[in-house]
Amino acid sequence: MPTADPIICLEGIEKRYVLGAEVVVRALAGVNLKIFPGSYVAIMGPSGSGKSTMLNILGCLDRPTTGSYLLGGIDVSRMPDDELSEARGKRIGFIFQSYNLIAQLTVLENIQVPLLYQGRDLKACHEHCVKLAKLVGLGDRLDHRPNQLSGGQQQRVAIARSLVNDPLMVLADEPTGNLDSRTGLEVLEMIDQLNAAGKTIVLVTHDDRVSSRAQRIIHMKDGLIDRDVTNRSTPA
Amino acid sequence: MNLISFQLLSVVRLGIKSLLLHKLRSMLTMLGIIFGVCSVIAMLAIGEGASYEAQEAIKKLGSDNIILRSVKPPEDSKQSGTGRGSAIDYGLTYKDAARIQSTIPGVVRVLPVRIIRENVRFAANNLPCQVIGTLPFYTEIVGLDILRGRFLAEMDETISGNVCVLTVGLAQRLFPFQDPLEHSVRIDAFYYRVVGLVREKNMPEQRTQTAKAEGDPLDNNVYIPLSTSRTRFGEVLIRRSAGSFEMEKIELHQLTVQMRDPTAVESADPQIKTLLGHFHSKVDYETIVPLQLLRQAEQTKRIFNIVLGSIAAISLLVGGIGIMNIMLATVTERTREIGIRRALGAKRRDITMQFLVETLVLAVGGGLIGVVVGVMVPLAVSHFTSMRTIVTPSSVLLAFGISGAVGIIFGLYPAKAAAKLDPIDALRHE
Repeated sequence: MPTADPIICLEGIEKRYVLGAEVVVRALAGVNLKIFPGSYVAIMGPSGSGKSTMLNILGCLDRPTTGSYLLGGIDVSRMPDDELSEARGKRIGFIFQSYNLIAQLTVLENIQVPLLYQGRDLKACHEHCVKLAKLVGLGDRLDHRPNQLSGGQQQRVAIARSLVNDPLMVLADEPTGNLDSRTGLEVLEMIDQLNAAGKTIVLVTHDDRVSSRAQRIIHMKDGLIDRDVTNRSTPA
Repeated sequence: MNLISFQLLSVVRLGIKSLLLHKLRSMLTMLGIIFGVCSVIAMLAIGEGASYEAQEAIKKLGSDNIILRSVKPPEDSKQSGTGRGSAIDYGLTYKDAARIQSTIPGVVRVLPVRIIRENVRFAANNLPCQVIGTLPFYTEIVGLDILRGRFLAEMDETISGNVCVLTVGLAQRLFPFQDPLEHSVRIDAFYYRVVGLVREKNMPEQRTQTAKAEGDPLDNNVYIPLSTSRTRFGEVLIRRSAGSFEMEKIELHQLTVQMRDPTAVESADPQIKTLLGHFHSKVDYETIVPLQLLRQAEQTKRIFNIVLGSIAAISLLVGGIGIMNIMLATVTERTREIGIRRALGAKRRDITMQFLVETLVLAVGGGLIGVVVGVMVPLAVSHFTSMRTIVTPSSVLLAFGISGAVGIIFGLYPAKAAAKLDPIDALRHE
């Protein structure tokens, strides 16, 4: 089935945390994983399964203790902090459970934040940002601040922000966790649309209804991939 | 280049925006810097003004002059109480004047002055005054404005003429209703024709001799030719005081030695002292070197400025600590925001910049307000009091520069602390 090179290629990823003397926690115990362009992957698992650590490493927020991580063909597992920041800024779009918009910025400015740190000319990108805001249905609220928006609207701003740098992959961490089921559904439909348009989506959740939308569901347990199933029930 | 300046601008705009979120807090933080900068400028302005006045007064004495004054030697002043009848012989002499003129290199001329306290009368008016016997070039060395008529001339000196020149204040008191020119005033037993009215530009030379202590105005001089003073008053002066009198024999009260230029003053001062030392058994004279006084005044000013400056600098330091404190609180409060920015691609550098710029906006903003207030305070001080203040551009630059430096020094630590945060922990922070 896979025709292209994988976007994400994890090999023997381990993550150990040293908690004081003699106590070492192995959050990830040698994970191997390949994710191909255009796929929609859900990572599931109970708390303590290494789900969050997986998310941090996939999102380049943390480095594995051992193992290699190729993101778009580039090894990011040994990158220094500055380059890792750059990798996050250029290759990954984040969607968080609690939206994580910056309170003192307007909708438009929030969408622009990732561009700011890539040293891009914000004026030149203005059109692009407005287009994204319109895409998520907030074209008429560009000057609103996050506290003037509902939860669903805020999450849609976050989605627009995650797309602004045209990332290799969108990494969503419980995107519907803080939303009621109706607005949650809206957000999920929007993510479906992104995937349909060719974006690679990696979604971390513990909610079966959320993960059921993905093509591939990875179950984690004790720092390892327990099951890796292709979802037959995806609404085509 | 344009892009970088644009980015910098947007970082500054962001900083201002963040500060405006907490207007009161930002304002209070800035107050520390405002007071600091304001006090630096105001204190330096007041110090500068005070020393300027002192220096002006000294400069008027003439920076190329050396002033010698007759002083009653201390051991004689004891004797004078008991020993009646005998005149105390002390002070500078005509010979001293001639010796200085002829032996000290670089001397242009020596101005001898006799100062005798007497009363001057016209009609029913009887006023205390100083009778100053001197030479015509007195005007050039001391600085007199001739308001009417003329000053003493060579001829007056040659013929020991009974002419006099009055200071304008004395003339007004003596002649309330008449024009004093060509009238004669009586001093002691002799009459002197008034030939001119003058105003002294500055009169510190006579200050020690005047009856200032008795509350008389300083402006009460009568100038007569030196030769006239010598013949009319003689050299033995009698001072009457409550039931007793004492006699003093003084030839000259004061010598003003005019040197070629200020550098000649330096070498001439010790030479004059050595020369006079040979001919005076007691030290019955004192020397005043305006140039040295000026140096001392400058020295004093420097110390004064350092003291005032350090007081003001301490207040700036306190302001800086206030800024650091508030920025540390801000960093804690905005940990989440830092995490978000880091996740979205901000490098540690970017975070450092963001918080440093915020601190700088506080410090420089406070500095600017402080400069405005600090320039206004001295203006108000000179307006409401007679104190002179001088705001120098360098003090404004200094104060402003320090406020900027305070911003950087005290902003760096909180900014570094913010940048050091782990993005994962920061994102999880509530």
